[in-house]
Amino acid sequence: MELPDANGLCEQLAAQIRPQLTPDTALIGIHTGGVWLAERLHAALGIAEPLGIIDVAFYRDDFGSRGLHARPRKSDIPFDIDGRPLILVDDVLYTGRTTRAALNELFDYGRPGRVDLAVLVDRGERQLPISPRYCPLTLTEPLPAGSRLRLSRSEAGELSLRIINA
Amino acid sequence: MPKLGHDPQLTRNGELQHLLTLDGLPKAILEQILDIAEPFTEVAEREVKKLPMLRGKSVFNVFFENSTRTRTTFEIAAKRLSADVINLNVATSSTTKGETLLDTVDNLCAMGADMFVVRHASSGAPYLMAEHLHATNRDHISVVNAGDGRHAHPTQGLLDMYTIRHYKKDFTNLVVAVVGDVLHSRVARSEIAALTTLGVPEVRVIGPKTLLPTGVERMGVRVFHDMNEGLKGVDVVMMLRLQNERMQGALLPSSQEYFKVWGLTPEKLALAKPDAIVLHPGPMNRGVEIDSAVADGQHAVILPQVTFGIAVRMAVMSMLAGG
Amino acid sequence: MKIHIQNGRLVDPANKIDAQRDVFIADGKVVGVGSAPADFNADRIIDASGLVVAPGLIDLAARLREPGFEYRATLESEMEAAMAGGVTSLACPPDTDPPLDEPGLVEMLCFRALSLNCAHVYPIGALTVGLKGESITEMAELIEAGCVAFSQANTPLVDTQVLLRAMQYAATFGFRVWLQPTDPFLGKGGMAHDGEVASRLGLTGIPVETETVALATHLKLAQATGAKLHVTRLSSAAGLALIDQARADGLDVSCDVAAHYLHLCDMDIGYFSPLCHMDPPLRGQRDREALRAGLADGRINAVCSDHTPVDDDAKQMPFGESEVGATGLELLLPLTLKWAHESKVPLMQALARVTSDAAGIMGITKGGHLGVGARADVCVFDAAAERLVTRASLKSQGKNTPFLGISLPGVVRYTLVEGRVMFENEAR
Repeated sequence: MELPDANGLCEQLAAQIRPQLTPDTALIGIHTGGVWLAERLHAALGIAEPLGIIDVAFYRDDFGSRGLHARPRKSDIPFDIDGRPLILVDDVLYTGRTTRAALNELFDYGRPGRVDLAVLVDRGERQLPISPRYCPLTLTEPLPAGSRLRLSRSEAGELSLRIINA
Repeated sequence: MPKLGHDPQLTRNGELQHLLTLDGLPKAILEQILDIAEPFTEVAEREVKKLPMLRGKSVFNVFFENSTRTRTTFEIAAKRLSADVINLNVATSSTTKGETLLDTVDNLCAMGADMFVVRHASSGAPYLMAEHLHATNRDHISVVNAGDGRHAHPTQGLLDMYTIRHYKKDFTNLVVAVVGDVLHSRVARSEIAALTTLGVPEVRVIGPKTLLPTGVERMGVRVFHDMNEGLKGVDVVMMLRLQNERMQGALLPSSQEYFKVWGLTPEKLALAKPDAIVLHPGPMNRGVEIDSAVADGQHAVILPQVTFGIAVRMAVMSMLAGG
Repeated sequence: MKIHIQNGRLVDPANKIDAQRDVFIADGKVVGVGSAPADFNADRIIDASGLVVAPGLIDLAARLREPGFEYRATLESEMEAAMAGGVTSLACPPDTDPPLDEPGLVEMLCFRALSLNCAHVYPIGALTVGLKGESITEMAELIEAGCVAFSQANTPLVDTQVLLRAMQYAATFGFRVWLQPTDPFLGKGGMAHDGEVASRLGLTGIPVETETVALATHLKLAQATGAKLHVTRLSSAAGLALIDQARADGLDVSCDVAAHYLHLCDMDIGYFSPLCHMDPPLRGQRDREALRAGLADGRINAVCSDHTPVDDDAKQMPFGESEVGATGLELLLPLTLKWAHESKVPLMQALARVTSDAAGIMGITKGGHLGVGARADVCVFDAAAERLVTRASLKSQGKNTPFLGISLPGVVRYTLVEGRVMFENEAR
């Protein structure tokens, strides 16, 4: 399957978000791909608030069966989220479970004014009632079972999409 | 002659199943616990200091020996992971009525325990529990040793390692001194095991001959009896608590003499490196093993130890409960 | 009942025989070796082809737990164990409840044993009343009641003046004094040999000096009083060296070791296995090697089972709280054979340590050999076969031993007591 250029998608995503920004909007990236993407958006959109970062490892719904992965990272939300409009940023929306975990985690920090979801690609195979507000690409056909779609970043900082087959 | 079985705290795949000791625990697992503990420290700063990982799980704090402090930190850790925590002070209940340790375990299992945090006066008691759980096909229930006799206090050892790593970053260029009653100290045994596993090139123990175990050198340490010699150039000073009942008698003549010779004073601490840190597992005996000027001084990291202790215990519990 | 044991390899250390010889038994005695006496018509022929025919084993220490600890074991269960282990005579230590300090108790025990008609039981009388180390017992009467020696079992005698007096009094009659060398203070609260293993595991240590300090005292007092001293359950190389020294100085002293000390050391405690909780403690590897060598060259005179049935409730405890001891009657022969095999000790020499040499220490002449006229106590075993030790396979009510799950050499096929077949295991 031919994957579009991530950098181009990134620009489209920024363009979708830009009109909706308010002065107090903050971005929160989900580890790991979501953070790379959020860093790009943060720069491209010239957002004043520092970037928030969350690792949803502690909130995953498959913890009971799969346990923790080797090295979860520290979440870091360096601003008060109460009443604030937030944009949750992830690279790929698949089942929606990561987004759910991220929402749960966010609400342990406070009560945001609104939360929107921005993703680069929607695989279109969601298992939860979650929908992105900003998304430049929705796949029309499901990927082969077991394959994973991932954002990766080169040493030079270039983003690209890759399919990892099971 | 009987074959030394497989380490009961690890699964057949080499993953942590119980936490019983740091002695013989693979370095990778030790480091993994410290790594996982790191993000947990941030939870304490949130508005809602709670994670969902142990939701619906029952953690039984079974303390056959009183220890408010350790029990409390385990309780906080378990509650921050959303577990239901049941505290049992067995020191004052069933065993005095003649119930055996294993009967207690069976009863608590019948109440739906998912994890035991156990403190016991006898070395090896948590092993007996772990073996019993295995023998009765209850391998899904984990045991965390919260201190057994003189043997081990692995979570204390881990939080000490976390503290050292936090301040010193790298273990492989440190000189660490463990000072005091090593003989009776489960904390010292866990510290020594962890320090040597993590690659600290020089671990020293300092104390009178009456308070050092036979063959302590074979644990991989250098033995000093003279505190001034032993503290020279160290990066980390790990003080041990001296139990009241040992302050006078056949082991030591008096707490005064002990303080004079092995108490950590600013003068003695001045022999260590200028950026040395001082740890103590608490509760401290000021004026016995440590001078107040040191305990409250800039080298002391005794309170951060307590804070890190919660994150380390959360890490251990979440590793045992998941997957 | 006349029994003909044929085609077996007779190993009779007392008579220096290790050869294929038939044994003929009548009226509870050996009536012929090699050739049948005139007019011998066997009622039963035991085919011992491929098997060893030896005197029944003599065990210097087997706790039968009567009186007082019947919930742990009874004479019935332990006699069955003795028979299954080929043990036809055994000495039982006085640490019963109450201790064997009165002639009436000893008579009762002997009567109970006799009525069961199994192994010959030789009680060891208490050296002091209640084993308390305060006043000496009625030794002459106890001997009359059936005791063969006096001991404190595992309870150290704290007051050395009382010890001196007790040894003097025993020496007056030429009675034997068996003492386990344990200083009452040095190993106070101790759980395991004071060494690297105990230090790592945080188990309170019992230093070797616990043995040597007490042993030095016992040896000096034996020298001073002329008492016939037998040192029980030696555990250390240093202890054995003290005995060597005392002998070099002219003291006539004997000593024994328990069979598990020939195969185990403190390392075997592993992850706090209470099965390895022993008194004296399992010591270091070097000690174990010294004991093995000492038994081989005869400086250690005998090996015993130190049979101590302990119930599961008392054993399944944290190491230090668990009760000491292990079941051993059924393992005495296998553990002795294993040691002999590994140490390349000839079978006859090895069997001497559990037959004739042990009889000498007990001062009995009736058992321990198979010459013509001897009491027909016989153990017929397959030295080549192995047996897996399991709880189910043990007849003793005590199921706890560090050797559970381990295969040991030597399977008893027949045990005869005074010419009666008391145990047979035909399975080949």
